[in-house]
Amino acid sequence: MNNKPIFKYQLISNFDWILFWLTIVITAIGVVAIYSSGWAGNSNSNRIYIKQIYWVIYGLTGMMLMLLIDYRSMERFAYIFYVVTVAILVFVAISGKSASGAQRWVSLGGLRFQPSEIAKIVMIITLARYFDDRKIRGLYRIRDLIVPAVIVLIPAVLIAKQPDLGTAAVLLFIFLAISLFMGINPKSFLILSGTFLSSLPLLWHFMKDYQKKRILTLIDPKADPLGSGYHIIQSQIAIGSGGYTGKGLLSGTQSQLNFLPEKHTDFIFAVFAEEMGFIGAVVLIALYIILLMKGIDVIYRARDRSGALMAAGVISMLAFHIIFNIGMTTGIFPVVGIPLPFVSYGGSSLVTNFMAIGLLLNINMRRFKEMG
Amino acid sequence: MRLSGQEQNFSEVIKRRMLVFTALIIAFFLFLIFRLWYLQVIKSDELKLMAENNRVRTVPLKAYRGKIFDRNKREIIDSRPSFNLSLTPEDVKDIERVLSAIGSKIKIDTERIKREIKNSAPFQPVIIKRDISWDEVAFIEERLLDLPGVFLDIEPVRNYLHGETGSHIFGYLGEITKTQLDGLKISDYRLGDFIGQYGIEKKYEPILKGKRGSKLMEVDAAGRELKILRQTDPDFGYNLYLTIDIELQKEAERLFEGKNGALVAMDPRDGSILAMVSKPSFDPNLFAGGVSKPYWSNLITDDHKPLQNRAIQGQYPPGSVFKIITAAAGLEEEVITPSGTIDCPGYFKLGKKSYRCWKKGGHGRMDVHNALIQSCDVFFYTVGFRLGVDRLSRYSKGFGFGNLTNIDLEGEKGGLVPTSDWKESVKGEPWILGETVSVSIGQGFNLVTPIQLANMIASVANGGKIFKPRIVWKMETTDGNPIEDIKPEIRGKLAITQKNLDIIREALYGVVNDPRGTGRASNTGAVKVAGKTGTAQVIKMPEMEEKKDEDVPYEFRDHAWFVAFAPYENPTIAVSVLVEHGGHGGSVAAPIAGKLIKSYIEGHQSTGAPEHQ
Repeated sequence: MNNKPIFKYQLISNFDWILFWLTIVITAIGVVAIYSSGWAGNSNSNRIYIKQIYWVIYGLTGMMLMLLIDYRSMERFAYIFYVVTVAILVFVAISGKSASGAQRWVSLGGLRFQPSEIAKIVMIITLARYFDDRKIRGLYRIRDLIVPAVIVLIPAVLIAKQPDLGTAAVLLFIFLAISLFMGINPKSFLILSGTFLSSLPLLWHFMKDYQKKRILTLIDPKADPLGSGYHIIQSQIAIGSGGYTGKGLLSGTQSQLNFLPEKHTDFIFAVFAEEMGFIGAVVLIALYIILLMKGIDVIYRARDRSGALMAAGVISMLAFHIIFNIGMTTGIFPVVGIPLPFVSYGGSSLVTNFMAIGLLLNINMRRFKEMG
Repeated sequence: MRLSGQEQNFSEVIKRRMLVFTALIIAFFLFLIFRLWYLQVIKSDELKLMAENNRVRTVPLKAYRGKIFDRNKREIIDSRPSFNLSLTPEDVKDIERVLSAIGSKIKIDTERIKREIKNSAPFQPVIIKRDISWDEVAFIEERLLDLPGVFLDIEPVRNYLHGETGSHIFGYLGEITKTQLDGLKISDYRLGDFIGQYGIEKKYEPILKGKRGSKLMEVDAAGRELKILRQTDPDFGYNLYLTIDIELQKEAERLFEGKNGALVAMDPRDGSILAMVSKPSFDPNLFAGGVSKPYWSNLITDDHKPLQNRAIQGQYPPGSVFKIITAAAGLEEEVITPSGTIDCPGYFKLGKKSYRCWKKGGHGRMDVHNALIQSCDVFFYTVGFRLGVDRLSRYSKGFGFGNLTNIDLEGEKGGLVPTSDWKESVKGEPWILGETVSVSIGQGFNLVTPIQLANMIASVANGGKIFKPRIVWKMETTDGNPIEDIKPEIRGKLAITQKNLDIIREALYGVVNDPRGTGRASNTGAVKVAGKTGTAQVIKMPEMEEKKDEDVPYEFRDHAWFVAFAPYENPTIAVSVLVEHGGHGGSVAAPIAGKLIKSYIEGHQSTGAPEHQ
């Protein structure tokens, strides 16, 4: 058994090329959008698309890594990954490099990396392992969910403290999605929802001022158009002024003249929608939908529960990112720093998302019982 | 590995949940597409406009105000560039920090700036401080990168090259008031603009101001100009050429040092104003960058009213200068003959009341020539009495009294020519004969302005022509293309024969040149001068009547008048001088007129300045 080749020709024939190429196409759109966002900038920012291309290469490497190792092996080492990740997060909390007031980074041989990004994938694998181990009959009740909740909360709190509320929310959402996927007792679900809603004021109390402002801004952006409302207003102006067909590549005034903040990262969708218009934006969304549907297909076809759970985790993570990011730039969700998968500039997130797709491809490839 | 029964069951359950999961994702995406549709299709036009407003900014380009020159094309007023420190509130991210950074070097009124920021229209710059110094400019220039939204704005500021000289003629500029702005129907003025508020600056505002230009530019989020999309250059205002001789004006003001009053010098051949003084005066340069509160409140609370242009707004009894009119009327109406005499015993009896001559012992027998020379009161009491007030007032009006001269300056006053009807209607009382007696020597209800007296004596000098006083004679574009020449304008002719006018002219020559003349102090020997003295009585307590001038408190001293023209045969200058509370015309006002005439005649010869236009 042990001297089996780890990679078989059969696996390559099961490789989902459509999913792979979708990822590449969306990433390419992202590189073009980043190129445009840096076009009119100063010399520092107009080279960032090249950096992004380098990150794509790292991402492909990460994807390869995720492909080669059988996801079941990953499941086996899940808790080790988990402990190491939490340790890194603690390390970051103590000594991480501070970028814009937040401690999110670690340096790895000259590369700056956000461990919170990798934590998402580790979380998916860890939760899959947990629920795979603890199969119960029927639906999950609150007491069955306490342990996995603690597993999620430890890294989530550490990340929220950085402060990176967006990523912390992603972890919680992954937990919620996987739990629902396993099936929660309706009564328990109601109690949980009620507890969550009633603890909102407490959460509000612990939020920092700028975080409170972002939420208030969503309700009335015009209350402070030059302060906290600025991002949300300028982003909607950018998107809306693109109209049906857009202003054309490199011609978006909102982004080229810097009215759009954080344009190459969190608000890259506004850059794209301003220059490519409604048609371009819908095409991009359509690509995302196809990608997610291909992913959901992987869940259906997974050969075992752990594969299905991991795929579901990946899909819910990506869907949450896409919906929340576009919702934020179009002014229906508060401004929380959540990047748009494959499109926003940023190495950690790109590599993580490539790895997530790698995981999907992995599960998909190994969906059949091995022959011989 | 085979799927166990439980696993089989699990995948069935999962399939149901997957459907919900998929449906949720699809629903969210549809919602996002709907939101995009709303922004990019339904609200697109509105948001496109907002994007344009972000990108495009219109900046007004200030017009250069026309320059003002004197009659000899010497520059009197121009504009110098000044730096205004401004900010665009939308581009400043942290107002507090920016203001305190500026405040560390430059004194600024933070309260006012914050108030203006609150009230400013979107993307309208707010001026932090006008006309900052070179040091302050250097300070800001060095820190411009750390002060987003702050910029230096060059604005032309009025520069009065001769300081206080001629301040009442030239006037000053001031920030346009809300009332003025509201009063203009179609206006290319904006709040914060400077507009002529006084003098020529006000009267000729439309000619001088030029036309504002504009610059349509593309800006980035920090308000930096990226490119000019369209530019309309501002038009220069037209240049004005005054009839004023700035050197003569300066001389006239020197002669008034330490005195209050007014002076008008005019060319009797065409009515051009050569000099016009009103003292005390003010410094129009202190208005150029916006007048300071203390200076302004000093000006308006000062008892001597420095903002009043006494030459056209000060109304005084003409005193004995009026005897010229009484004499002309008497001769024309033939109540006296050129050689007929009247005896002056030192008083004039009217009923029970007796009116004194200024010379207690009396002048003896006087003809009109000698009566004017010695300014005999009794002679003119008699003439006035024979004429009656209404005939006298007709001549008075004929000389231009009681009416505006229509000089091109704001706020001229018309004076007063009393008649019996006037008294009836205004005071509700009948005319008293004694009042005729007072009026005939220029006291009583008579009120004239210095410019009216200058115009009167000019008409005597030029043989009877009454001009509209002219202060601007040419307007040109900045390139020297003519816009308009203002020609001399004759408004009327004296209804007095040449023969009678000559009698008066000869007498006025005697006033200055006869040993017994009251105006000998104006005789400088440089040129033949003719003139007439006057003393306008100021109402005072009876006990002061007999005192010497020096012993009477300033505000109760009489006003001193002198009117003159020269050279006698062929007059080129006519002058009226009023020294407020100066005492006697002959001793105070006449020397000023004499010196001014002398310097005018000599200046003409030495500089060879062009003849009158």
